[in-house]
Amino acid sequence: MHRLWRDERFWAVLLLALAALVPVVAPLLGSPATVGLATRIAIYAIAASSLNLILGQGGLVSFGHAAYFGLGGYAVGILYAHYASGEPFLGLIPGSNDLLVTMPVAILAGGIGAAIIGALSLRTAGVQFIMITLAFAQMLYFLFVSLKAYGGDDGLAIRRVVPVLGMNLRDPATLYWIALGLLALWLFLMDRIGRSRFGRILAGVRQGERRMAAIGVRTYPYKLAAFTIAGMGAAMAGALMVNYLRFVSPDMMHWTKSGELMVMVILGGLGTLLGPVVGAAALVSLEYTLSGLTEHWQFILGPILLLVVLFARGGILGGLRRLAGRPRQHQAQPLPPEELPSGELPPGDPVAERAAHG
Amino acid sequence: MAEPVLSVQHLVKRFGGLTATDDLSIEVMPGELHALIGPNGAGKTTAIGQIMGEITPDAGRILFLGEDVTRLSTPARVRRGLSRSFQITQLLEDDTAEDNVALAVQARAGHSFRFWRDAFGDARLRGPARAALEGVGLPPARWSLPVADLSHGERKQLELAVALASGPRMLLLDEPMAGLGASESLRMTEVLRGLKGRIPMLLVEHDMDAVFSLADRISVLVYGHCIASGTPDEIRQDPAVRAAYLSEEERV
Repeated sequence: MHRLWRDERFWAVLLLALAALVPVVAPLLGSPATVGLATRIAIYAIAASSLNLILGQGGLVSFGHAAYFGLGGYAVGILYAHYASGEPFLGLIPGSNDLLVTMPVAILAGGIGAAIIGALSLRTAGVQFIMITLAFAQMLYFLFVSLKAYGGDDGLAIRRVVPVLGMNLRDPATLYWIALGLLALWLFLMDRIGRSRFGRILAGVRQGERRMAAIGVRTYPYKLAAFTIAGMGAAMAGALMVNYLRFVSPDMMHWTKSGELMVMVILGGLGTLLGPVVGAAALVSLEYTLSGLTEHWQFILGPILLLVVLFARGGILGGLRRLAGRPRQHQAQPLPPEELPSGELPPGDPVAERAAHG
Repeated sequence: MAEPVLSVQHLVKRFGGLTATDDLSIEVMPGELHALIGPNGAGKTTAIGQIMGEITPDAGRILFLGEDVTRLSTPARVRRGLSRSFQITQLLEDDTAEDNVALAVQARAGHSFRFWRDAFGDARLRGPARAALEGVGLPPARWSLPVADLSHGERKQLELAVALASGPRMLLLDEPMAGLGASESLRMTEVLRGLKGRIPMLLVEHDMDAVFSLADRISVLVYGHCIASGTPDEIRQDPAVRAAYLSEEERV
């Protein structure tokens, strides 16, 4: 039981099970709007979790993750526009308003976009990598702003969506459960990947590229694969978001959206399974609550984020862990006295150093 | 005469005006423990960096098992059987000692595009990892600790275990005893003695007791150039070496 309590997967299952009850409980509490809020949280949780795969697991600071979120959204929007007009896309691909078609296309579009951008930007590292991912995302943003055929600045509206397997997407509860189900599926996938050999390589990339080369691993293909998978996850979230809002606009891929996704991951807990979910929930509900209180809600949100980052190292999840009295992942055993190192100390305190860099 | 495992031929590396490696030639024979010594700044670590492919030489050739590897990347050389340990340990700090070694085993086992199976419970990775940890004498109680919690001496042992786990056909050891206490140094010497004969090694080390008790052959590096190469006895007698290096040590 004690072990179970410590396992993040146990909490993930518990949280998802409780979250599934939201559409049942919310009307009883007289706030049916909560379902919409919960849907946004579930969708952003998928996007944030996908960013966490590269940012948290692999330590790759991609500052353009909203690009794939937007690509997924536009895949749905553009397919709908062609469905409505009856003209095939590029004269070849017929439009569609069926989520069973548009969702896979969106994921594919996000994956291809991420593979291309990743292939180019992963040749750099550090600050250059941050800037180049940001630059690519902004290029896509301005591309869609200038695409007048698809609404340009104003975006595209999606009016009619066919039921998926008999489920009406217009019903908020149904759409919420679909989003939650996909979140559960995505988290399961992330958990498997995190523990797999592939995940181990990503953890190695984060902690020491030099070490990886010294054990004979060429990291580029692994980083590219992770980048592509992350892009696919973000695109899936984007497709869901467009189905929820019934609207897509270039704002979905604006750099501030990339920043928001990063904030969610860092706020919740970098590199953890549940962190991005908790971060998405915290940020979306904070925005919702604060914007209800005042017009200048960002003025309050800023300091709150600052406090969390400063005082809860490891994000909300890290803070909770410390409150629960868990020093770290492994219980440190005291060193027997004769085992004490008699030589000089290792150069620098690695924990303090990591904190300074992170 | 047998063919050398590693043959470094007329290696040159300049950093601006400084010639870090000056026409360096070394050979390591099968089963041999070849020590590379020299005063601080003699270019020993730079030489290892070039042999591993982390630093590109300006001139010269590096042959490993008869193959010219001068232009190969570091991972490509490691896959051919070269393996190094670092003077300043390069370990994955958040991971446990065992995870660190298991990752090296995994890297040797082929590509890692495996997304499904739990690598933490994979006996094919854990078995060899534990064997390597046992081989360097790290007590099992310390295996499941994150590297950040290990002592300096334990990190040095782990550094060697990781290098061994990548299945090397030759080891390059960059000051495995640096910063170790006397008893830890002795233990490391014994571990290396146990490996001797099985894996050819190029050992860079400042601990002269260890070097002279372990090495089959010693090369002395001064200002990037090899001034002498021979058995420990020959090196002890060599006047050039005494002048350039040993006397300096004694004065200190």
